[in-house]
Amino acid sequence: MMKTHDLATTGLRELNQSLHDAQILSSAREWRVTNPDGAHNIACGINEDISVDIDGHAGYYCAGMNQKANITIHGNTGVGVAENMMSGCVRVKGDASQSAGATAHGGLLVIEGNAAARCGISMKGVDIVVKGSIGAMSAFMGQAGRMVVCGDAGEGLGDSLYEARLYVKGTVASLGADCIAKEMRTEHLEELGELLASAGIDEDPASFTRFGSARQLYHFKVDNASAY
Amino acid sequence: MTDETQTQPYNPALRESATFGRDVIHEIQRAAETGIYDIRGWGAKRKVPHFDDLLFLGASMSRYPLEGYREKCETEVVLGTRHAKKPIVISTPVTIAGMSFGALSAQAKEALGRGASEVGTSTTTGDGGMTPEERGQSSRLVYQYLPSRYGMNPDDLRKADAIEIVLGQGAKPGGGGMLLGQKISERVAGMRTLPQGIDQRSACRHPDWTGPDDLAIKIAELREITDWQVPIYVKIGATRTYYDVKLAVKAGADVIVLDGMQGGTAATQDVFIEHVGIPTMAAIPQATQALQEMGLHREVQLIVSGGIRNGADVAKAIALGADAVAIGTAALIALGDNHPRYAEEYQKLGSAAGFYDDFQDGKCPAGISTQDPELSKRLDPVAAGKRLANYLRVLTLEAQTLARACGKSHLHHLEPEDLVALNVEAAAMARVPLAGTTWIPGQSGY
Repeated sequence: MMKTHDLATTGLRELNQSLHDAQILSSAREWRVTNPDGAHNIACGINEDISVDIDGHAGYYCAGMNQKANITIHGNTGVGVAENMMSGCVRVKGDASQSAGATAHGGLLVIEGNAAARCGISMKGVDIVVKGSIGAMSAFMGQAGRMVVCGDAGEGLGDSLYEARLYVKGTVASLGADCIAKEMRTEHLEELGELLASAGIDEDPASFTRFGSARQLYHFKVDNASAY
Repeated sequence: MTDETQTQPYNPALRESATFGRDVIHEIQRAAETGIYDIRGWGAKRKVPHFDDLLFLGASMSRYPLEGYREKCETEVVLGTRHAKKPIVISTPVTIAGMSFGALSAQAKEALGRGASEVGTSTTTGDGGMTPEERGQSSRLVYQYLPSRYGMNPDDLRKADAIEIVLGQGAKPGGGGMLLGQKISERVAGMRTLPQGIDQRSACRHPDWTGPDDLAIKIAELREITDWQVPIYVKIGATRTYYDVKLAVKAGADVIVLDGMQGGTAATQDVFIEHVGIPTMAAIPQATQALQEMGLHREVQLIVSGGIRNGADVAKAIALGADAVAIGTAALIALGDNHPRYAEEYQKLGSAAGFYDDFQDGKCPAGISTQDPELSKRLDPVAAGKRLANYLRVLTLEAQTLARACGKSHLHHLEPEDLVALNVEAAAMARVPLAGTTWIPGQSGY
């Protein structure tokens, strides 16, 4: 059964408490949140395989630390959408502000518009697919996971990258420390094709460039001092 | 000067430079040979104004003391009374500071939990996440929310009794962590989602907020995720303490954790440890003033750490305005760190019992700051936990003794009026009178 929560009449605390309440969720697996009006912390900390549709723009940390849930924001989102997500899927129909998917460990984050600076910062296993472009310092210190950008990337892409893999179709303003372009082998084309398909985006994997860590900064060496 | 030189006839050619002492010369030579700065563990080793520069004014005529061991002196502290549905109650105002599994062995973390739980106080996780051993042995466990977010997950967040957002550390305010590859075992690497054996940098700033206004929203998010159940602490390194405390409180913190420059670390640059931050004693009055001006002193609790060693330090910190203290280095020493039983092995490492600070090497003979399975096995978590519990009891008893002498029936009744300073510097920093005078530098019209 679909349950509607109107944030104009009932508060955020009540919404999140309900989305954490196993008893309530046992009978309400589909939720619609109306009148979000840019409120912060909407639908964060969900730990159930439910679906939540947010009708409008959301503020900071929407769907933060999501586990299992499918959350769709029918609008733009503020800082840190799906931050530290563990699993499930978060889809932003509009644009996302900075630090989208920050430190996220798993799941899929799809941004159908553009993402601002530091998209995927410290990502730890999440898959992020951006239909538009991303801002500066994206994937900074990215540890694990995959990021796909169908548009352009800003300056300092993948700075201090660890093992995250990045695919960009458009131009890259500049690469960050220790980030390099890498060969697109068959397994990467397949991986990218699957990611694009899971995000519902029709693009040719062969038109993308892969970026990853040169692994030169994995051990502190004085010879690398100029890179820091 | 060594014993050998002291027994020789005076030789002016051996006059040591105050500017270029042997330690300085050695560091210049070491830097010239290696091209890299010195990284080490432990806290500041230079002498800075400390609690030793303060004295208690025990009761005589104008104050009435309490009888030792007979009249009650309460020690219980409640942390997180501002917003949390479930504040933490600790039976002694001495808690265990955050130290990571990775920097410390699993046995050491378990021992910290055992010792703290035995006396009814809390322990704290660190960079890298929560281990089952630690949660299992800790009756009250504070979960650190660090810039690196290594091992951060909502399941552990909900298992915690409190959440501590770490913005800074007394040993290195403004700096991140550095866990060198030799301590990155398969388990540590797995917890941090990084390859085994590589140097792991911990970020110096949180990735998804950039200022105090953002912090308020971040705190609200953590409260929403945990349904406002547990207290939210904010930990800062002591620097611009007055302003940092005000901003953290305004952002919604339930508890402020203030770490002075004598606080320890697992590994960072020596120059950072010795030259950044302000002494613990100097920071407390600034924090207390900020809380008092906001009308929230004792409602937003203040936990102070950084070089706490004995019950006098505990009592003095509380008298200056703290609600509780946290210990890190002292707790490790209580577990067995730097113990003479391993004197020969410390010597083999180029150090000595009482001086060993190369925690970054992962070769700790006591099995504490290591991930080597053979070394780790040396630490019996049960026996080490017992030693820690004993030490925590002593700290509490000592603090009670001093409080009773000042006529206080609760440690929190101690106040700056119970203290005087031995020198002008301590008087100015602690904001208490110079002993034998009514002069508080900067506050008495001088």
